[in-house]
Amino acid sequence: MQTLKIVVTGPFASGKTELIQSVSEIDVVSTERRISQEAERIKQQTTVAMDFGRITIDDELILYLFGTPGQRRFDFMWEILSEGMLGFVVLVDSTRPETFREARRILDTFRSYSPVPYIVAANKQDLSDAWPPEDLRIVLHVEPGVKVVPCVATSRESVKEVLLELLYSILELVDEE
Amino acid sequence: MALKGRLEDFGITQLLNLINLARKTGTLYLEGAQKNSYLCFREGKLIYAALEGVDDSLPVILQRANVFTAEQVRMIQTNMAGRTDRDVAQVLITSGRLQQQVVVKSVRDAILDLVYQIFSWHEGQFRFEPSKLPVQGKITTSIALENVIMEGSRRVKEWERLQDELPDLDIPLKFAERPTTPLRDVNLSVEEWRVISFVSPSNTIRQIAQFNNMSELQIRKIVYSLLQAGLVEIIRPPRPTTTPTGGRQVPEGMPQPTAAQMQRPAVKRGIVQKLISRIREL
Repeated sequence: MQTLKIVVTGPFASGKTELIQSVSEIDVVSTERRISQEAERIKQQTTVAMDFGRITIDDELILYLFGTPGQRRFDFMWEILSEGMLGFVVLVDSTRPETFREARRILDTFRSYSPVPYIVAANKQDLSDAWPPEDLRIVLHVEPGVKVVPCVATSRESVKEVLLELLYSILELVDEE
Repeated sequence: MALKGRLEDFGITQLLNLINLARKTGTLYLEGAQKNSYLCFREGKLIYAALEGVDDSLPVILQRANVFTAEQVRMIQTNMAGRTDRDVAQVLITSGRLQQQVVVKSVRDAILDLVYQIFSWHEGQFRFEPSKLPVQGKITTSIALENVIMEGSRRVKEWERLQDELPDLDIPLKFAERPTTPLRDVNLSVEEWRVISFVSPSNTIRQIAQFNNMSELQIRKIVYSLLQAGLVEIIRPPRPTTTPTGGRQVPEGMPQPTAAQMQRPAVKRGIVQKLISRIREL
C-alpha cells in the first residue's frame, strides 16, 4: 500500500479543517480544543495538532490530507507534518487582511522546508468583502509560476478544483524531469 | 469587490504597491485616527488626492504654491464663485494670468504633499472602491507610484526620527540665551525666518505651524534644524512628559530557511494522473 500526503496550511481560522472535511471520505481526525487565548476567540474550537483526512485512490494508493495547526505556538509541528509531502496548499481567508502577513510568513516557511509544488487558495470567495486572488498574489509575493486560485472551503466542488490545480502543478514538474 | 481593512494590518506603502502592481482604477478611502482622506488612481497611477480639513480648491493650492497672494485668491473666489477648478484654470490661463505648466506643477505638488502626510498614518480603516473616481471638475494629474512609495517610505523614516527628537509639538520655543552659532554666520531660509518670527514663550510649535500653514513634518524639520544650530531652545513644561514617543517596531524579517532541507518524494506521472482522476470523480 502506497500513501501520499498533501499538506494544507494557512493562518489561524483560515478554513483548513473545513477544506479537508469537504473532500475527506472519513470523518476528519481532528484534535480540536476549546480556544483558550482571548485574541484567538474568533471560533469556538481550533486545531492544536493536526487535521487528518483521507481519499482512497485505489486498492494500493491512499492520499492523506494533513492540516497544520494555525496557532503560532504549535508551529513546531509544521516541519514534522511537511516531511515527505507531495505538495502543499496555503489557505488564506480572503476577507481578513490582518492575516495576510502571517500567511506570507507561513508560505515562506513551508517553501523553505521543501522544494515541492504549492498553490495558494483564496478562501471565502463567496463573500462580498473577499480580496480577489490576483490581489492576494501581489500582497503575498507569490511568484508568477505559482497558482493563486479562488476557493470556498465548505464547497466540495471548489476544494476539488484546488486539489486538482495543485496536482496539475505537480504533474507539470514531473513532466519537466 | 471592495478591498477593505485596517491600516495597522495593511499599511499605506503596501496599499500603494498593490494599486501600482495591479494597475487599479478607483478610489482609496482612508479613515485615519484624526482625519479622513481619499486618493484616486487611474491604471495604477495617482491622479488626485484630498484630505479632510485641507482646502483643495485650485486658488488655495496656487496660494500655497506662492503663485497668488491671499488677496488675489479672494478676488478669484469672489469673481468665479461656483465655478469648478477646471473652469477657473481655463479662465486664468486663457486670460494670460497663469501658465498651464504652473497649474500642473502646483496641483501635482499639492497632491504629493498630501500623500506624503498620509504615509505617516499607521492606524485607521481603508476601503478601495474600484472604478469610482470622484474628481468631477477637479484638475487631475498622473503620478507614477514607484517614486511616491520610495519617497514616502524615506519620509516615514525621517518622520520617525524627528518624532523621537521632538515628540511634543504643544510646547513653546524661546531664543537661546547663548547661541552656539555666531549670529553673523547664520543663513536662514524663508521658511525658517517665518518660524523664527513667531518664536515666543506664548506660542507653541503647533501654533507656529498653524500660523504659517505648515505641515507637522515641515515644522518638525525646521524646529529640529534651529535646535541643532543652537538658535532656539525648547521651554520645558514644569512636569516631565509621561508619554514619550518610542521608535517603531522593526518589521518582521523573513523566516530563516531550516537546515534540514527535504527532498521532493519520488512520484511517477501515472500516480499523479491516478490522483487527478480520483479527485475528479469525488
